[in-house]
Amino acid sequence: MTLSAIAQPRPVHGLSGAAGGQAPPREAAPVLPRLLEVEGLTLQYKTPNHLVTATYRVDCAVHEQDRYVILGPSGCGKSTMLKAVGGFMTPEEGHIRLRGREVSGPGPDRMMVFQEFEQLMPWKTVLENVLFPMRISGRFKGRDAMDRALSIIDKVKLTKFRDVYPHMLSGGMKMRVAIARAMAMEPDILLMDEPFAALDALTRRKMQDELLQLWEQVRFTLMFVTHSIEEAIIVGSRILVLSPHPGRVRAELDASQLGFDTVGTPAFGALSDKIHNLLFEHELGPQRQEEDAQA
Amino acid sequence: MSMATLGRNEGTALARRPEFEIEPIDASGIGEVARPLSAMERIVNNDAVRKVAILIALAIVWELYARWLNNPLLFPSFAETVATFVGDLSSGTLIDRVATSMRSLIYGYGTGLALAAVLTTVAVSTRFGTDILNTLTAMFNPLPAIALLPLALIWFGLGIGSLIFVIVHSVLWAVSLNTLTGFRAVPEVLRMSGRNYGLKGLRYVIHILIPAGFPAILAGLKIGWAFAWRTLIAAELVFGVSSRSGGLGWYIFEARSELDTARVFSGLLAVILIGLFVESVIFRAIEKRTVQRWGMQH
Repeated sequence: MTLSAIAQPRPVHGLSGAAGGQAPPREAAPVLPRLLEVEGLTLQYKTPNHLVTATYRVDCAVHEQDRYVILGPSGCGKSTMLKAVGGFMTPEEGHIRLRGREVSGPGPDRMMVFQEFEQLMPWKTVLENVLFPMRISGRFKGRDAMDRALSIIDKVKLTKFRDVYPHMLSGGMKMRVAIARAMAMEPDILLMDEPFAALDALTRRKMQDELLQLWEQVRFTLMFVTHSIEEAIIVGSRILVLSPHPGRVRAELDASQLGFDTVGTPAFGALSDKIHNLLFEHELGPQRQEEDAQA
Repeated sequence: MSMATLGRNEGTALARRPEFEIEPIDASGIGEVARPLSAMERIVNNDAVRKVAILIALAIVWELYARWLNNPLLFPSFAETVATFVGDLSSGTLIDRVATSMRSLIYGYGTGLALAAVLTTVAVSTRFGTDILNTLTAMFNPLPAIALLPLALIWFGLGIGSLIFVIVHSVLWAVSLNTLTGFRAVPEVLRMSGRNYGLKGLRYVIHILIPAGFPAILAGLKIGWAFAWRTLIAAELVFGVSSRSGGLGWYIFEARSELDTARVFSGLLAVILIGLFVESVIFRAIEKRTVQRWGMQH
């Protein structure tokens, strides 16, 4: 069963023009400058018994305002790659540069949103959770930080819950707080590691919609890891397809014209099939079982 | 189920059955949906009330047994004990003794906690530090504090120094062990969030590890407190008076040598009451304001 059969969210304005399925191409906008450059990135990590190579000589570039999705089967090193961009891993070889500067450790210019709900500090209320990174990193102070926090909490529609502790929130709300907390910092790039994977299908769809609306308002740069082809096409404007074991670049595709309102159209289906073939070319063939099982 | 039954009617569609939609049935029969509990139900739900009831029941059993035994030298009744307790309380002897004990206790407990904080911070920052703490804990935790008392007397003499030394020993390892366990149990994603904000070193420990590991730390504080209290009373019993005034242990020891059993009981009662107070008032309040409020413990 595909998700589109359950919910029909409203189209995201600006992602595509007129109604009627087939989206006309947007007016030619200038290509924005590169923000993040990944060059020959090889990542390895140790398990108790093995040295695992997660990615091998990956090259890619994220431009400003991209919604850059890294897509691949489990074990292709996509999460590891995001962690490396976050500064939590040191590359075995290759470079990661943000605005031309080498990434050398975690920092608040690259805010991460994780899949797990425990990423919120349970000892802080929603408001305190959003304020905490701003104040602790010294990026925003006093009144300014408070105003920002209140405005972003309003944007993710949690004003009523701002004095509530995380354990009283639902999964989707926790995720909204995590996104608000990251966005309030105005990072150069927002890193999201399968942020909606632990949510139920209906909530996930709603969160995808809200994320796109936020992007329309703020135009932040997003790097997003997922294993769902559908989510990649809906959320992403560029899709980096990685091959399994170890992750190597297979393709980089454009999905900027495809969003919620094009789910079910031939263009959407074509891209979805194309990605499916890229991912599973060595396996069964172009059946869509794998993706459906995840959706 | 056999494979034969699993495979029956393969390929045929299920029969269609009629659908229906109805209005939900009338639920006014049960009265209000949320009904306030009766006074009795609320009283029984109150922790304090239940605990006091247990204490009263214990006191009654004690009184009845003592009267039946009728041997005040061996087992004074509850009434006698309370009378001695109140008498010594109003004469100021007991308060003096408790104050003396408390002073050593607080110095010892405080020093133990400070050392534990340093030790666990070092342990959590480096692998070598973890090894040191684990080894030290494995060596010294099973060593009863009282066994160190002779050594303490040689090193620090007869006085508060020796008391503090044994109390620190009894607090340090229990608290360190629990705190380190708490730090270890902090979810990886929370650690990464903290590092994402650029937190490092001591700031990382203070802002992330301590609050996130607080349930285990609090358990450690409680155990440490109980150990300290026990060690103190035991140590005072062994070497009696320290400098000019003795503590609660000395009070009990003195009463025993005078065969004043009611006073021995009154001393024990004081130990119990202070323990109850610290556990159910101080630690309870901390628990309520922290781990329970944060949903980390119910």
